[in-house]
Amino acid sequence: MGIIERISGPLVVAKEMLGASMYDVVRVGSAKLIGEVIKLEGERAIIQVYEDTNGVRPGEKVVSTDTQLSVELGPGILSQIFDGVQRPLNMIKAKTGIFIRRGSDVNSIDRKKKWQFHADKKAVKGARVTEGTIIGYVEETPLIKHYIMVPQGVNGRIESIKSGKMSVEDTVAVVKTGRGMAKVSMLQKRPVRQAARYAEKIAAEVPLITGMRVIDTLFPVAKGGTAGIPGPFGSGKTVTQQSLAKYSDANVVVYVGCGERGNEMTDVLTEFPELKDPTTGRPLMERTVLIANTSNMPVAAREASIYTGITIAEYFRDMGYNVALMADSTSRWAEAMREISTRLEEMPGEEGYPAYLPKRVAEFYERAGRVKTLDGGIGSVTVVGAVSPPGGDLSEPVAQSTLRVVKTFWALDAALASSRHFPSINWLSSYSLYTGALQGWYDKNIGEDFTSNRNRTQALLQKEAELKDIVQLVGEDALPDTERVLLGVGRMVRENFLRQSAFDPVDAFTSLKKQNIMIGTMLHFGDKAEEAARKGVSAENSLELDVVKEISRMKEIPEEKIDAEGGKINEQIESQFKKLVAEHGMEEEVKA
Amino acid sequence: MKFETEYRTLGKVSGPLLVVNAIKNAGYGEITKIRLDSGEERLGQVIETADTYAVVQVFGPTSGISIKSTSVRFTGDTFKLGVGEEMLGRVFNGQGKPKDTNAAFAVEKERDINGEPMNPTARRMPSDFIQTGVSSIDGLMTLVRGQKLPIFSGSGLPHNRLAAQIARQAKVVGSKENFAVVFAGIGITYDDASFFIENFRKTGALKRTVAFMNLADDPSIERILTPRLALTTAEFLAYDKGMHVLVMLTDMTNYCEALREMASAREEVPGRRGYPGYMYTDLASIYERAGIAEGRKGSITQLNIVTMPGDDITHPIPDLTGYITEGQIFLSRELNNKGLYPPVNPLGSLSRLMNNGIGAGKTREDHRGVADQLYGAYARAQESRSLSAIIGTEALSETDKLYLKFGDDFEKEFLAQGEDEDRSIENTLDIGWKLLSELPEGELTRIKSEHISKYHFKHRGSAPKESPKASAETKREEEKEEKKQPAKKAAGKKSGGRRKKR
Repeated sequence: MGIIERISGPLVVAKEMLGASMYDVVRVGSAKLIGEVIKLEGERAIIQVYEDTNGVRPGEKVVSTDTQLSVELGPGILSQIFDGVQRPLNMIKAKTGIFIRRGSDVNSIDRKKKWQFHADKKAVKGARVTEGTIIGYVEETPLIKHYIMVPQGVNGRIESIKSGKMSVEDTVAVVKTGRGMAKVSMLQKRPVRQAARYAEKIAAEVPLITGMRVIDTLFPVAKGGTAGIPGPFGSGKTVTQQSLAKYSDANVVVYVGCGERGNEMTDVLTEFPELKDPTTGRPLMERTVLIANTSNMPVAAREASIYTGITIAEYFRDMGYNVALMADSTSRWAEAMREISTRLEEMPGEEGYPAYLPKRVAEFYERAGRVKTLDGGIGSVTVVGAVSPPGGDLSEPVAQSTLRVVKTFWALDAALASSRHFPSINWLSSYSLYTGALQGWYDKNIGEDFTSNRNRTQALLQKEAELKDIVQLVGEDALPDTERVLLGVGRMVRENFLRQSAFDPVDAFTSLKKQNIMIGTMLHFGDKAEEAARKGVSAENSLELDVVKEISRMKEIPEEKIDAEGGKINEQIESQFKKLVAEHGMEEEVKA
Repeated sequence: MKFETEYRTLGKVSGPLLVVNAIKNAGYGEITKIRLDSGEERLGQVIETADTYAVVQVFGPTSGISIKSTSVRFTGDTFKLGVGEEMLGRVFNGQGKPKDTNAAFAVEKERDINGEPMNPTARRMPSDFIQTGVSSIDGLMTLVRGQKLPIFSGSGLPHNRLAAQIARQAKVVGSKENFAVVFAGIGITYDDASFFIENFRKTGALKRTVAFMNLADDPSIERILTPRLALTTAEFLAYDKGMHVLVMLTDMTNYCEALREMASAREEVPGRRGYPGYMYTDLASIYERAGIAEGRKGSITQLNIVTMPGDDITHPIPDLTGYITEGQIFLSRELNNKGLYPPVNPLGSLSRLMNNGIGAGKTREDHRGVADQLYGAYARAQESRSLSAIIGTEALSETDKLYLKFGDDFEKEFLAQGEDEDRSIENTLDIGWKLLSELPEGELTRIKSEHISKYHFKHRGSAPKESPKASAETKREEEKEEKKQPAKKAAGKKSGGRRKKR
C-alpha cells in the first residue's frame, strides 16, 4: 500500500500511506520486516521497524496489516521463549539455525497441536457470558490449568459448546450476541499497549513469598505490588530477579529479558526445566513464559518486549492466577524509547530521554495490581523491574521515574556485592511500603512476633551502623560491652541471616516460618548477651560461646528439621548463658 | 544480482560523511566505492538513504575528495568479508586487507561483518573451566569457555602483559582441542601491536593467530570495522571450523571514541559525555558475539581490554561494557604501585559465569566456598586497614589484627605471581587454604562444614604435595613490619591489649 521514502536505522518513512492508523503493524520492504506506525504526517507514515534494516531500499513496498501490535494468547504459551514481538525463538531456530534471520514469519502459538478442552459446568447452552467469562479449561501443564475466556467484545448467550481434543483455532463455543453469532476459539489476541479490563482493583494484602530472607522479612512485596531493583552492574540484579522467578510463590512467572545478555536467557532456559517447583515438584518451566530481547537483538523490539510481557501477565491474571512479572532491565527499555525518539527528532527531555518517559514508566507499573477479574475471581500481577543506572547513580531519569511509582525499593549495593554479600540489598536504604498492609496476614499465618521481630531487626541494624561510625573514630575497645555485644549480633544477622547463597540448594529458599525462627533465635541471643554484658560478662566471652557457631549454621538446617533444631539452639542459648553468667558475671548489674 | 551504478553527483562533504544526490534507491547499509581523481579507491557505507539522496560514510580520510571529480559507486551489497582457514598466521589491516605480504589466501565464505544475533535458544551455557594459571583469576573470577570477560585497566597498568600471559597459558585441562587466537588492535600504538605479535611469535602461537591491526595513526573511522572483521573471522573459525577461538580486542576505549567521533560528525544528539545514546546497543553487537552454539564444536571467548579514562569505572565506556560483559578483571593502580604483578583487585572483579565452570568434577568441590571466603576476608582486611589508619594497629581487636595480616599475606602470596608462573588450580586453592588457615575457624562461615573438615590445613593429615610457597623472604619482611609497629602506637589509644576477663 505504501512506498519507502527514507531509511535511517530502525526508522523508516513511507509515503502514500493515507488510511493507515497510529500503531498499525506493517510489513516493510521485500524482506517483510515487522514494523509499527508511530507517527503520521499527511500521507507519510513514520514506522519503527522491529528488525535490522540493512539492505532495505527506498522504493520498496510497505503493507499494512490493519491490526495493532498484539499478542496471541492461548494454550501452548507456557514454557515458551518469545522474542520482543512474540515470535517463538524455538520455531525461528528450527527455521533459520543458530542465528536469527530477518523477516521470519512464524505463528506465536502452535496451530497444529491438539488440546483437550473441558467445558465448564456452568457454561451450558443459554448461559449468559460476557467478556472475560471462563467457559472451560485446558490442562496446559500439570502445574497450570489454562482457562479459556470469552474474548474482548463478545457478550451474549452460549448457543453451543463442546469438550474434546481441538487445536487452538477450532471453535469451542458459539455465542449468540446482539450482532449475530460469534465463534469462540481457544486463541485470542490482545493489543499490547492497552491495559486489559478487570472488574475492580482490590487491596494488596498478601505477601509474595520469595524465600529470600532479606526481602521476606525486611522488605516484602505484596502480591499485586510493584518493586524496583536499581543497582550498578555486578551488584546482583539478575541473580535477584532469577531467584524471584525461581522461588517466589506466584502461579505464573513472566520473565522479560530486555536488552540483557544472551547467556542469561540461556541460563534460565537450561536451569528452569531442571528446577522443581517447591510445592508441586514439577519443573519450574511449566509455569514460566520467557520474553527475550537480548542486547544484540533489534532495539525497537526491545521497546515492545515490556508490553508483550505485561499483556501475557494480565491474561493469566484474568484467569484468577497470581502472576509475577520480572523485567530485566527497564533501563534498556527506556533507552530504546530514547533511541527512537532521537531518530524522530523529538525535543529531548532530561539526559536525552523523551519528555514522556515518566508517564510511560508510570503507566507500565500501573498495570500491576490485585484485581477482581471480569469472571469474579481474584488475580494479581506483581511487577518487579530492574533498573541499570549509568555509573550506579540513582539521580538519573529512569531510576527517578521508577522510584516515584514503585512501593518497594531494593537498593543494591556495589560494596556489598564486591565483598560477596549476596543478595546485596542494602538494609539501611531499602524500603517497603507494604509492611503495614501485610501485617494482618503475618499475624494470622506466621505469628504475631513476625512484625515485632522485623522492627527489632531493623532497629538493631540501624544502631549497628551508627556504632560502626563511632568505631571508625575511636576503635571498638572504647565501647562498653553492651554495645560491643550489639556489634557482634549485628554482624551475626548480616552474615547469617541477610546473606544467603542463591546457589546452595538448602540456603536458596527459606520459608517464612524458618526465617522467623532464625531471626527470633538471633534476637534471643542478642537479648541474653546484652543481659550478660550488664552483669559484667565481656562481649568476647558471649560472642565466643559454642552456640554462636550453631546459630551461624542455622541456614544449613533443612526446613523439616527447623522446629526441633531451632528449639534446641534456643535451649543452648539459655543454658550456656546461665553458665557464663555464673562463672564470669558479677552479683549486681553494671550500669552501661 | 549485483548492479553497480556510478554517480558523480556529490553534493556535500562534511567530516567523514558524503551526501550523494540524484541517486536511485541506495540500500541502507550498502557498501560504496569512492573513486578519487588519482584513481585511488576508498570504501564507504550508506548510513541514511532516501529516494533522492544517500548519506555515505567514508572509511578512511576524506582528503582528495572533490565535489567535481570524485565518483561514487554503489555495490548493491552490505559489507562482506571473505574468510578462510588460511587467514591463520596472517596479519590484516583495519579494513581486512592483508598487511604482512600480498599473498592471497583461499576465501571459503563471504560473511556480512555485522553478523546476526545468536538465537538465545541456540546458545549453550559456557561451562568449561579455562585455567589461565593466574591465581587471582582462576581462584576468584574464573574464566570459562565462551565467556566475555574484559580487563578493566588504566593507562600505565600492565594490562598488555597480563593479557599476553593469559593468552600464553590459557588451557582447558585435559583437552587437546583445536584453538585459535583472533587479535584486533584498535587504535593501538605500533609498540603495543608489536609486543603482542612478538609474544605470539615467541610462543609459537602466531601460526594459530589472525591479527587485524588498526594503528593509532590509521583512520579512526576504520575502528568501527576492525572488531567486526575480527569477530566475523572468529565466528567462521569457531562455528564452521570447530575451533576454540580466543578473541582479544584492544583497546575498546579507542573504539568508543571513534564511535563518538562518527556520531558528532553526523550531528547526532549526544548522550553521556558526548557518547551516542545507542552506544550500549552498539557495544552489545560486539560483545554478544562471544559464546557457544548448540551443535557446533567451537566457541568464542572474548578477553578485551578497556582502559578506563581517569581510572573511573563509572565512565560510560567501562560502565556500559560492564552491563554487557559477563564480569570484569579489574586492575588496580594501588596494587601496581605496591609493585604487585598482576595487580588484579578482586574486590572490583567478578566472573558471572564462574559458578558454571567450578566445583566438583570441574575444579574442586570447595572452590566456591574458598573463593567466597577469600573475597569476604579480603574485604574485611580492607576495613581493618582503614581502621588501623585511624586508630593505630595496637588498638585493633585481635580479630582485626589477624585480618590485617591476612590482607598483606593474601596480596603477597595469592595475588602476586611471576609473569611466567603457571599455577594449577589445585595449587591456587591450596594457597587460599593456607591463608585462611591463619584465621580462626569460626570466621570461615562461607565454607561448608564438610569442606572445612576435608581441606582445612588443621584437619588434613599432611601438607599437600604441591606445597604453596611462603618464602623465607616474605617472613622476614613480616618480622620487620612487626618491629615497626610500635612506632604507630602513639596514634592509637592507650587502653589496648587486655580484653578477656577470664
